[in-house]
Amino acid sequence: MARRVSTRRRVIVTAIAWAVAFLIFFPILWTFLTSFKTEGEAVATPPHFLFFNWTLENYIEVNERSDYFLHFMNSVVISVGSTVLGLIIAIPAAWSMAFVPGKRTKDVLMWMLSTKMLPPVGVLIPIFLLFKNTGLMDTRTGLVIILTLIDLPIIVWMLYTYFKEIPGEILEAARMDGAGLREEVIHILTPMAIPGIASTLLLNVILAWNEAFWTLNLTAANAAPLTAFIASYSSPEGLFYAKLSAASMMAIAPILILGWFSQKQLVRGLTFGAVK
Amino acid sequence: MKFRALAGACVLGLTASGAMAETTITVATVNNGDMIRMQGLMDDFYAAHPDIKVNWVTMEENVLRQKVTTDVATKAGQYDVMTIGTYEVPIWGKQGWLVALDDLPDSYDVNDLLPAIRSGLTVDDHLYALPFYGESSFTMYRKDLMEKAGLTMPEDPTWADIEKAAAAMTDKEAGIYGICLRGKAGWGENMAFLSAMDNSMGGRWFDMDWNPQFNTPEWKNTLTTYLNLMNEYGPPGASSNGFNENLALFQQGKCGMWMDATVAASFVTNPKDSKVADQVGFAMAPHKDGVAKNGNWLWAWTLAIPAGTQKEDAAKTFIEWATSKEYTALVASKEGWANVPPGTRTSLYENPDYTSAAPFADLTLKSINAADPKSPSVQDVPYTGVQFVAIPEFQAIGTAVGQQFSAALAGQITADQALQNAQSLTEREMKKAGYIK
Amino acid sequence: MATKHSRAASRLMISPAVLLLLGWMIVPLSMTIYFSFLNYNLLMPGAHNFIGFDNYKYFLTDPAFTTALINTLVLVGGVLLITTVGGTLLALLLDQPIWGQGIVRVLVIAPFFVMPTVSALVWKNMFMNPVNGLFGWIATSLGLPPFDFLAHAPLFSVIMIVAWQWLPFSTLILLTALQSLDSEQMEAAEMDGAGAISRFVYITVPHLARATTVVILIQTIFLLSVFAEILVTTNGGPGTASTNLTYLVYAQSLLQFDVGGGSAGGIIAVILANIVAIFLMRMIGKNLDA
Repeated sequence: MARRVSTRRRVIVTAIAWAVAFLIFFPILWTFLTSFKTEGEAVATPPHFLFFNWTLENYIEVNERSDYFLHFMNSVVISVGSTVLGLIIAIPAAWSMAFVPGKRTKDVLMWMLSTKMLPPVGVLIPIFLLFKNTGLMDTRTGLVIILTLIDLPIIVWMLYTYFKEIPGEILEAARMDGAGLREEVIHILTPMAIPGIASTLLLNVILAWNEAFWTLNLTAANAAPLTAFIASYSSPEGLFYAKLSAASMMAIAPILILGWFSQKQLVRGLTFGAVK
Repeated sequence: MKFRALAGACVLGLTASGAMAETTITVATVNNGDMIRMQGLMDDFYAAHPDIKVNWVTMEENVLRQKVTTDVATKAGQYDVMTIGTYEVPIWGKQGWLVALDDLPDSYDVNDLLPAIRSGLTVDDHLYALPFYGESSFTMYRKDLMEKAGLTMPEDPTWADIEKAAAAMTDKEAGIYGICLRGKAGWGENMAFLSAMDNSMGGRWFDMDWNPQFNTPEWKNTLTTYLNLMNEYGPPGASSNGFNENLALFQQGKCGMWMDATVAASFVTNPKDSKVADQVGFAMAPHKDGVAKNGNWLWAWTLAIPAGTQKEDAAKTFIEWATSKEYTALVASKEGWANVPPGTRTSLYENPDYTSAAPFADLTLKSINAADPKSPSVQDVPYTGVQFVAIPEFQAIGTAVGQQFSAALAGQITADQALQNAQSLTEREMKKAGYIK
Repeated sequence: MATKHSRAASRLMISPAVLLLLGWMIVPLSMTIYFSFLNYNLLMPGAHNFIGFDNYKYFLTDPAFTTALINTLVLVGGVLLITTVGGTLLALLLDQPIWGQGIVRVLVIAPFFVMPTVSALVWKNMFMNPVNGLFGWIATSLGLPPFDFLAHAPLFSVIMIVAWQWLPFSTLILLTALQSLDSEQMEAAEMDGAGAISRFVYITVPHLARATTVVILIQTIFLLSVFAEILVTTNGGPGTASTNLTYLVYAQSLLQFDVGGGSAGGIIAVILANIVAIFLMRMIGKNLDA
């Protein structure tokens, strides 16, 4: 990586990179700043960037109005639950596709991915009726099931591309050494597969956290996650930018922080076998 | 002493077990200020009814409508109380989806409800929902700008008066636009305004055979007047402005006039949020010279109980409390008279505390009384509803037509094209639904 | 290597996933097909009589249908173009030695973590609103009339918002691919006197081809059903200027509560999505095998 570059060039490139990064990040920063303004200040022209009366009143009001913790816990349970369940189902499938590929493996995989292209609105009413009749309406279980099904194709595919990178020779070598299937899995494959599984997990938690169609339509009071929490702050009567910003920050902060801390992990598995 | 303590413990135990048997009701509601305020005042309700617990689900209007409609139509039963509008109540009541509220206690004083509102919530002599707050629409204007322009606003202005005032007040350099109106597409957004405006031009949505009327001179007059006002004197971006956007504009002093819901009056006169709080004047919604209908609508957010809920009694107790005179008094004592939910009870408008705290009370009442859902136009109509047509198909049609008019406002199509498209798409939907044979 | 035994085992391992997805497809889909032949409006209870292909006829002859179809393609294509080109440039930039690379990367990937509803609300209100938004303020301070994005360039605005959300994703994947580029090969090319541009064209671009197809595949899957961004910002308008197929189906089934019509639209959308899928799979399949 260490290429020889002149300091001058490095300064210029650094400046450009920071400027671009700042621009891309700016909407989030602006939301963050607005969440500490009063409603009046949030729409002031010219806008105030840093020098305004920082206030926590929006956060306090949002907390009084909604049970943030309940929504937060629902989001956690639903996104983590659906991802873990998805992994349990997907790991064996991806495993066998990668190591014992048949003639149809690729077709099966592609078919799985194509199920993700179904527009969810088209099947909302049937699912709604099914949920109603099975008592899954407004339960975390129901949402975990739906989101598992929705994310399953992506999970299988990510794992498949990752597992495929694991060279088969290692397995054969181990087999020559007399390792049984059990040892093979525990001592050789698992350590190699862990980074891929970890990043699949992270990506899917993020996707499930942000899923806003099913989570909004199949919940009411009990299982509603943060996506529903946001729906109670968008466009009420009167000024709302500051409160909306505060609610938005509360909804995205957990996943933003998780994403930042785990970005190395995330990136490592995000290659989709794209790197060769 | 010991005995007493024991008895006390017993009583405590009893209340504790009573609390165990509490009923939890789920209330779906809209995220408007009055509803949010009620959520903060629930202690009063709990004190009187410790056996009932209320679970709030607060949503943005569109999400709310979509969710409660799906829920009630599929009988999913997720909610025990729903916040719905005057558009839904007659349709749902007719379908038998709502619990009829015939046995209200005397203390509720049902005859105190404003007749216009009450009749909108009644189907075949059964009341199906209790109004939480009601509104009509009227004209809000800036007294200071009118004065500067050397004009006075008549109490019952014509569209010609409005145009003159808009022209005089507009100062685009200074960021002041003579008139702000809804432009965002939606049956409850721009179409609420335009349908009511069309009534004031002498027009109607359908003739007695359910033929859409967009090819009539009345609608043409409505749309061209509207477009002309907005293009000449309106703010930029008007085609995505709804109630909120206009409210924000008006509060910041960027609008000379604004015709919208009467509930906006308490927002624009509230000095905490509004820069122009002490400069707002009120007048009736405008009408065309010679037409005896003003362009004012009638709307109420109401609380209704879906049929089939297991918790009907608790739900009734709650909605009676939420729409009672006592609740009004409670809000008044905690937050002041200007913040009570308006537009539902005659007694409120006879209360001097309220009328002195709310300078717009008189005109609000006048506007509500001037709206007649059973006869919205000077011509005969086969439907009820002022700014809507109370048939299930209307949401879709109204929104599709609203999109055409919004596109015309954005300058993407001409007024004639918009009217033509509106006419043909409405005809198509009405044929599909079997109204036009 | 694949013995009969291991084949059977592998089948056993795949089957839960396959069966679940089959169930997920078949159950709601067959219900949807059934509904699509009924005159079924949620707001009108009673018998839902069989009306044959009427729902399909109405959906396909809806003037909004063609617009929605074109909008869907423009939306997917536009976002793909922006994110792949932008992502490549950004990846090249981030691949350079710079100070504070970690922080820069954190800032760049942040939009990917933001809920679509939140980002749409933020862009719509705090940036694109011509009166209260920042863009409006920038325009006015430059002495220009504020541009009303959502009214005059609705589809473009939606594309920008969606592209903002997906740019980090493509950047990350392309960056990873770039970092695996053999630097010796690069240096050898440099020794041979190849200029920066020809090195980029002949070495970097082919190397990124595979990563790019992955970006296109994954994003297309998500972009075909873009919905929240449109609902929040433009409601598909003005007119039908920003209505895509998903939104049209939504309007039919949840604004009009016309379950029959919405189901017919859903089935048509599924068929079209599958055509795109087959087309994509062909392309990707080839590229992934190579």
